[in-house]
Amino acid sequence: MSAMTRVTAGIQRLGRRAIDGTNRLGRATLFLVRLVPGLGAILLRARLIVQQLYMTGVLTLVIILVSGAFVGMILALEGYNTLVKYDAQSSLGLLVALSLTRELGPVLTALLFAGRAGSALTAEIGLMKATEQLAGMEMMAVDPLVRVVAPRFWAGWIAVPLLAMIFTAVGILGAYVVAVGALGLDGGVFWSQMQSGVSVTNDVIGGLIKSVVFGFVISWIAVFEGYDAKPTSEGVSRATTRTVVSSSLAILGLDFIMTAFMLRGL
Amino acid sequence: MQMKSMEFTVGLFVVAGLLALAMLALKVGNIHMLGAGQTYTVTADFNNIGSLKSKAPVTVAGVRVGQVAAITVNPVTYRAVVTLDILKKYRFPRDSSASIVTAGLLGEQYVSLSPGGSRHNLKNGGKIRITQSAIVLEQIISQLLYSKAGHS
Repeated sequence: MSAMTRVTAGIQRLGRRAIDGTNRLGRATLFLVRLVPGLGAILLRARLIVQQLYMTGVLTLVIILVSGAFVGMILALEGYNTLVKYDAQSSLGLLVALSLTRELGPVLTALLFAGRAGSALTAEIGLMKATEQLAGMEMMAVDPLVRVVAPRFWAGWIAVPLLAMIFTAVGILGAYVVAVGALGLDGGVFWSQMQSGVSVTNDVIGGLIKSVVFGFVISWIAVFEGYDAKPTSEGVSRATTRTVVSSSLAILGLDFIMTAFMLRGL
Repeated sequence: MQMKSMEFTVGLFVVAGLLALAMLALKVGNIHMLGAGQTYTVTADFNNIGSLKSKAPVTVAGVRVGQVAAITVNPVTYRAVVTLDILKKYRFPRDSSASIVTAGLLGEQYVSLSPGGSRHNLKNGGKIRITQSAIVLEQIISQLLYSKAGHS
């Protein structure tokens, strides 16, 4: 009998989780719908977006540059080790460029951005809520969705594709330094193989589309979690964790779906 | 002052992002070869294209002058129809020949053009009549084995 009740309790817990999850998704969507007019209105005060672009984009630049360079250099080393067995090391440039433009550039940038800037966005908005700054704005007839949330959303959305392009370019340069400088490959072959194999419409634009989608999703999750956080220190800390976890999962899941569609040529 | 320097760094950031995209498009992706209007197309029929793929280079004397645009099969003759995009500044005589060759032993395959002697040039939509198919390594090996067997 007690085993039976335990099973029922477990199923009940599962059901509650499913309902909670659907509930959150619904609230996040409603929040996005409420945010849309603010996204238009804030464009008239672009200065606020620039300010947020500095906080989210420019301050994330260092980690993007360093990671991009190292990822490119590691790819070059690992790729060379395998390709040289088949005497195909001339394709190293192509290997590095395709992996970076199609997958690693957009995905790693998005993951780093979610950890570095997405969490900060959530914590900032959540703390504004906890210290009743958002309520204070409403008292002064200032809509916090327009004044606080919209510029942060725009900044995140703009910053991710720019950072992804920088990550990819720096990664390829890092790979070039290792391949030509350290491994002794011919520089001309490195670039020419890359140019004959990388398609601008499929690979470069495909990566750009991915990073635009990632930027939208991260910004959405980050501002929603902050706005939705319980106004306590524990609530803000939980919301920050949720931002990083859900955006990372969303990035990887969406990446799989988008890759599947892009490879089928849709 | 504080705001001005912030705007400046954000401007630099945006410029860096756009420059990175431009580098990816031009240096990595080679967009200028895709420019429509800068190329003309000719076709060539081959018995066997081996593992030639679209976007493979078209060369003359080893210099890249274009790329393979599309590969289809002629439903009547069952020969492969390879469409070549060639840069407009390069003109070739009508009796030029095309052959599919391999870079190195196992490298990628590309189309090599050998100019002929005719006074008339290939036009847009023209056809290269003299072609040489790809060398398929397996066929050569099997031919070699059969000829060895024949001798013994």
